[in-house]
Amino acid sequence: MTALLDIDQLLDTLESGLRQILQARGVDDPVLIGIRTGGVWLADVLGKRLGIAQPFGELDISFYRDDFSRIGLNPRVMPSSLPFDTEGRDIILIDDVIMSGRTIRAAMNEIFDYGRPASIILATLIDMGARELPIQPDVVGRALTLEAHQRVKLRGPEPLRIEVQESGQ
Amino acid sequence: MTANDPSPNHLQLTRDGQLRHFLTLDGLGQPLLTDILDTADSFIEVGERSIKKVPLLRGRTVVNLFFESSTRTRSTFELAAKRLSADVLNLDISTSATSKGESLSDTLLNLEAMASDMFVVRHSQSGAPHFIAESVTPGVAIINAGDGRHAHPTQAMLDMLTIRQHKGRFEGLKVAIVGDVLHSRVARSQIRALNVLGAEEVRVIAPGTLLPRDVEDLGCTVEYDMARGMKDLDVVIMLRLQKERMEGALLPSEREFYRLYGLNQEKLGLAKPDCIVMHPGPINRGVEIESAVADGPQSVILNQVTNGIAIRMAVMSMAMGGQMAERQQRQQEGRA
Repeated sequence: MTALLDIDQLLDTLESGLRQILQARGVDDPVLIGIRTGGVWLADVLGKRLGIAQPFGELDISFYRDDFSRIGLNPRVMPSSLPFDTEGRDIILIDDVIMSGRTIRAAMNEIFDYGRPASIILATLIDMGARELPIQPDVVGRALTLEAHQRVKLRGPEPLRIEVQESGQ
Repeated sequence: MTANDPSPNHLQLTRDGQLRHFLTLDGLGQPLLTDILDTADSFIEVGERSIKKVPLLRGRTVVNLFFESSTRTRSTFELAAKRLSADVLNLDISTSATSKGESLSDTLLNLEAMASDMFVVRHSQSGAPHFIAESVTPGVAIINAGDGRHAHPTQAMLDMLTIRQHKGRFEGLKVAIVGDVLHSRVARSQIRALNVLGAEEVRVIAPGTLLPRDVEDLGCTVEYDMARGMKDLDVVIMLRLQKERMEGALLPSEREFYRLYGLNQEKLGLAKPDCIVMHPGPINRGVEIESAVADGPQSVILNQVTNGIAIRMAVMSMAMGGQMAERQQRQQEGRA
């Protein structure tokens, strides 16, 4: 069974949520960083929607994962690329799905190795709950509760769509 | 040795085909070599950050075990380990324990007792890193930093990274290796890597006295005349002429060698106009290469040094990762 959530609706929610929080915090020149792979597609879309001219950054967190000591290095690691100086900037960090929070911890550690940002706002398209770390997104497209055997996945980049997959086991 | 030769793989790879030691390129296929190059590309980016460090090997201890001295190789391994956040111990064994009569096995046992996780080994005897990899405790990774005339796999891989950076591919490339191939562990590893990665032609250019017997079997063509050999080249790799080798009857004189096989502007002009010039260092100016060429626009010699750090970071983190994944598997099987 593949249930499709309406991606445009979720993007609308993310966009308006981000506009609100940027305004509330008085941030007028943010930069976007997407976490590979889904977060990068979302950063592209949201950058256009929010009218952010600065090219977005792409983060591959493989070198910062906390399961390196259990599974080794991800052989598909790609270079991260932040085409701007993060020092003192207000960053919108974007990922497709948040669950344990471990990816976000790794991503924040990596961002700080580029410099000290003024602030980070976390936006995720889908919040699956099941947190293992005290990390909460500031803006969420939609919270979702799935059965243990189900997985949610963002497909893209063109068109972006959300798939709920039965893991089969 | 064929790509499917199981013996080195048995030692170097985990059951899942992950690297766990890095001893030789023999037996490693194109996908794994490409993985190493791709991973190194990501580490190059790390070297451009304000904080040039990632936490992959935090809390791990890397021992640089150099039975034969080498400034550049040791310092790039040291820097690579530090950029991976490892603790690094540099042991120059040639001036240390073994001179007091301690055997290699005893030295290793002592180092293992210090809870080392990785040994980077350079040794004048071919096969020493293999021997160590066979005898260390499971979980300790061995990286070959050059053994005898056998292999220098991280040097060959950093050369491959440099070639890919400048040429974008290996297919269709004509690459020549010039000079003392006989005594060169680098050349052996390079010929192997270039063949696996799909270079069109690997040519060695040298006097017969500086070529190993049956050199063609390594997977290369032979050219004794440098002017002919330079034709159509995309990449020329100069080898260091080890001055101590001049003693034997292998060469008439340094000056004669330079005249026949030294790379100068005129000979470089016979290659393709965008041919890049490489050298594993340290260079002997005026012996195998003219200064104007070594410092010229076609030279990528200093890129090689930078790439050496990234390649060593890639190989160290992949081997450590393989060891840790294997350790995890052993624990799970122990519980089951």
